[in-house]
Amino acid sequence: MDLTSLTIAGARKALDAKEYSALELTNEYLDTIRKKDGELHAYLEVWEKEAREDAKMADLRIARGEARTLTGIPIALKDNILVEGRIASAASKMLENYRASYDATVVRKLKDEGAVFLGRTNMDEFALGASTEHSAFGPTKNPHDTSRVPGGTSGGSTAAVAANLSLACLGSDTGGSIRQPSALCGVVGLKPTYGAVSRYGLIAAASSLDQIGTIGKRVADARAVFDVIRGHDEKDSTSLPDSFYKGIPKRNILGVPRGFLKEGVDADVLAEFEKTLDSLKEKGYSIVDVEVPSFHYALAVYYIINPAEVSTNLARFDGIRYGLSMQAEDISGVYAKTRGEGFGPEVRRRILIGTFVLSSGYADAYYRKARAVRELIRGDFARAFDSVDAIVLPTSPTPAFKFGEKSDPLAMYAADIFTVPVNLAGVPAISVPSGNVKRDGATLPVGFQIIASHGGENTIFAIGEDVEIPSA
Amino acid sequence: MTDIVVDVAALASLARLEVPKEELETLKREIPTILAFVETIQKADTSGLTEADGLRNVMRSDESAHETGAYTETLLSAAPTRKGDRIAVKQVISRKKS
Repeated sequence: MDLTSLTIAGARKALDAKEYSALELTNEYLDTIRKKDGELHAYLEVWEKEAREDAKMADLRIARGEARTLTGIPIALKDNILVEGRIASAASKMLENYRASYDATVVRKLKDEGAVFLGRTNMDEFALGASTEHSAFGPTKNPHDTSRVPGGTSGGSTAAVAANLSLACLGSDTGGSIRQPSALCGVVGLKPTYGAVSRYGLIAAASSLDQIGTIGKRVADARAVFDVIRGHDEKDSTSLPDSFYKGIPKRNILGVPRGFLKEGVDADVLAEFEKTLDSLKEKGYSIVDVEVPSFHYALAVYYIINPAEVSTNLARFDGIRYGLSMQAEDISGVYAKTRGEGFGPEVRRRILIGTFVLSSGYADAYYRKARAVRELIRGDFARAFDSVDAIVLPTSPTPAFKFGEKSDPLAMYAADIFTVPVNLAGVPAISVPSGNVKRDGATLPVGFQIIASHGGENTIFAIGEDVEIPSA
Repeated sequence: MTDIVVDVAALASLARLEVPKEELETLKREIPTILAFVETIQKADTSGLTEADGLRNVMRSDESAHETGAYTETLLSAAPTRKGDRIAVKQVISRKKS
């Protein structure tokens, strides 16, 4: 069994043709995890026994001829997605021993399909970061060079797919947390339209920005999982009605925000981006410049809105109802001690910044102004999509960086420069591997980001398939 | 606005968050730097801008979504301390003299 070239469609065919069983496929992944994950640390927990049970159930279903797209397909989940009865820690001491009380909607859908859950993957604590270094349980390493980060916050998921420790993964993307680590690990990462996938059962970071998405080796893999988990959910009031998805006419015009690209991108990363543009031109795409002046403010807007929403959402972790609880004399002592002990330094930093920008006297200048500028960004996207089918950008300004390289928080925040405008507008985007660059003798992957208007997933899948190297 | 002095200890108390002393010192330097960066948005012209037309409130009807008690045991089993069917908490009003 060659896991390196295995796709979901390929596994489906082999499982249905009884070339191997779902149990054999699962065991192959569990063996690979045992061999390689000691070094990479993509997983926080491997559900060996449960995965084998899932696989046996899948085999029965396949034998009955009732297999669906993902029946028997091994998938791993980011550690902020709830599976009833299992630990979901958001890579935080706060939830280290928390067992979920219910299934996330995406988990219920995957269970209905008969997918196999391999385990939960590492992440930056509460999905705050860009390197997976902020996990309370130690960082994940990049499979392409273990002295470098996998990106984040879904770095465990993207490293797992890149190193064949899972066929596909679920992640979540608040400001680039699926796309950036996908680029740094050389896999495909999809951030769907805000509201396309239910957030019910996703541990919230910043609710107006969070979206669950998919990670795979190929565009078709990311799409196959998305097609299963998407859809309206009455349990998520921000979930879109299914009628929202209508055919969007395609004209094959791609817009490049040249002005925004000047914000700073490594020369060789930019060269790979230009090469991909050239190859798309050869395939019949027209490439035009688009003006998106407000994108210049996107990172600043994001680092007001994100901490504001994070400080609000994380107020629920107080040691009273679930999760870590520290002893103290009175209830306010329980709150402060539990939160001080349970949250790591980056989480504390965001809570404090969020508390500041929402505080009386400053909320107008920071939070409300940021919301207004967010509308400018939405407007720039809308205007651009009047004339182009998609906007394209490098996913990340740099390839994978070294551990500890971005110890200054602002330097870490800047890693999100090309991905945050997408979350602020709620539009869908995908990162597809496109070329490599060299750093200190290591060959590191680079990602090409394709952004469409709301509901334009089919557009980015089609363009994404034109970007990726045809499979052998 | 860039000259703003941020009382990190007061913020931490507002956020009900214990912060180690040495980290307070680091945050006193870092937070103003981060605020100075995000303040660039003041330069953006947002005059005449209103909230996106596409946004709307979604409410569910004001009635019980399920039978009372259906999830009591599930939820209470996650609580650090309980008394019967209730979550037990430490005293709210302290007896300490201020």
